[in-house]
Amino acid sequence: MTNRPVVKAVGLSKSFGDKQVVRGIDFEVEKGKCFGFLGPNGAGKTTTLTMIEGVSPMSAGELEVFAYSLPAQGKLARARMGIVPQMDNLDPDFSVIENLRVYSRFFGLSGNKIENRIQELLEFMQLSERQNERPDNLSGGMKRRLTIARALVNDPDLIILDEPTTGLDPQVRHVIWAKLRELMQAGKTLLMTTHYMDEAERLCDELFIMDDGVILDRGSPAHIIESHVEQAVIEVRGNISSAQQTITNLAHTRCETHGDTLFIYSNNIDEVASCLKDDINLSLFQRKCNLEDVFLRLTGRDLRE
Amino acid sequence: MSYPYYRLPTFSRNAFIVWYRNILVWKKLIGPALVLHFGEPLIYLLGMGFGLGAFIGEINDMSYLTFLAAGLVASSAMMTASLEGTYSVFTRMVPQKTYSALLATPIEIDDIMAGELLWCATKALFSGIAILIVATLLGAVQSWSVLWVIPLIFISALCFTGPAIVIATMSRNYDFFNYYFTLAVTPMFVLCGVFYPVSSLPDFMQVIVYLLPLTHAIDLIRPLVAGTELHNPLLHVGVLVLYALAFYYAAVVLVRKRMIV
Repeated sequence: MTNRPVVKAVGLSKSFGDKQVVRGIDFEVEKGKCFGFLGPNGAGKTTTLTMIEGVSPMSAGELEVFAYSLPAQGKLARARMGIVPQMDNLDPDFSVIENLRVYSRFFGLSGNKIENRIQELLEFMQLSERQNERPDNLSGGMKRRLTIARALVNDPDLIILDEPTTGLDPQVRHVIWAKLRELMQAGKTLLMTTHYMDEAERLCDELFIMDDGVILDRGSPAHIIESHVEQAVIEVRGNISSAQQTITNLAHTRCETHGDTLFIYSNNIDEVASCLKDDINLSLFQRKCNLEDVFLRLTGRDLRE
Repeated sequence: MSYPYYRLPTFSRNAFIVWYRNILVWKKLIGPALVLHFGEPLIYLLGMGFGLGAFIGEINDMSYLTFLAAGLVASSAMMTASLEGTYSVFTRMVPQKTYSALLATPIEIDDIMAGELLWCATKALFSGIAILIVATLLGAVQSWSVLWVIPLIFISALCFTGPAIVIATMSRNYDFFNYYFTLAVTPMFVLCGVFYPVSSLPDFMQVIVYLLPLTHAIDLIRPLVAGTELHNPLLHVGVLVLYALAFYYAAVVLVRKRMIV
């Protein structure tokens, strides 16, 4: 029982009319870890989540959450889930604390026991002092924290977050990441979508890189970086054709040009750097390869709409 | 695998959770609600009941004040249910995303719809009772049989909620509701016997107005307010119930299609 995956999808597909948005994906989500769907807009991440929530029926395939078959047993599965939607949908007529109370009722929870939990959650998300305010008077970061607190009223085992920090400033993002890590330490399973590489790298134990409705690769962030790109990269701006000439004889380098920038990938980046450092017409930026390089390589660099 | 959009609506206790959520919001906005519920009928009854009533005298063995009060009770059930079923339901379904928030919990779409139906009828009940209170204070209520009006307001409101929600599901914005109110609600308000007996209309118009639910609601409510004889009660209740069931089913199917994709 304990080793049973929290979510298990086999051949999961979703079409809207003729348009296939998710194309037969297989994956498992194990208990107590943070899983991330990483992909460009329109990759099928959110659609996959709404199927896992049992809200959207799949077009084909099988999906189990807590061993409940979805979407038929979605109600039972959702009783143990906490869902943080992409767009805040707080109740504007209720205060912060009333939002939590009313939402608790939707899970059949009311009375003294839930009052204690609500106070804990307000404290956890640092909203105690604003508990009597209406959501409209809160900043974007506070609304987000309230939405996350709301998803925790039923003490869920699985927390689903659709782009939890999109549109928030860096300080708020760090606060939310810290809270999510606390939840992981408490043994919760997290499942999120993001298109922020830093978020995926910081939080996720396992990633599914998605594009165009399929999973391109999966694994830990470090593993994925290692298997797809070199150790480091130099981003070159300026006279990039002369730079390309200079390094043309170096072994084990790979070049990509995007916009006005030349990306030189190498496992021996110092060698590349020493070749280029005397060219005053170039501006160089050297860094370790990260998920963004993988992401761009796997999903292409075309602009997505 | 396709979602069973057309299966019969289910009802569970969760409907009352949705209903209660709407009650809580209503309590927040009780000031304007009470002004509307008590103020409007008071003005109608004082102005038209006494003003116009002075020229009219009696209609169907009752004072014009009583005649009008009974008509307003029925039409307020229609108005309140129609406004709540269009503007407010649309607000919760689309811009405010309340339904999406609910669907992320064990509450299901059928629970939401059953809760909305009960709530729209409850709100109409508040409004109808307010009119009955005002009418009683003005001496327009003639019989204890008026107590039967209370469940009838509820049933009438159920019958007007379904069509309103159907319109809400077809709407992209609030302006769309002008079609419904101008082409359906206002004609019923003017033609179905709120202000005058339907029998004074030309024959072909009487046939048409008897296809409309408000006429039947008024035929039930008016004799009970005035303490006069009630004709064909089962027929009138049957029409209201039929309207309620048919349009509630349509509303549930359309909301499923809009929300479950």
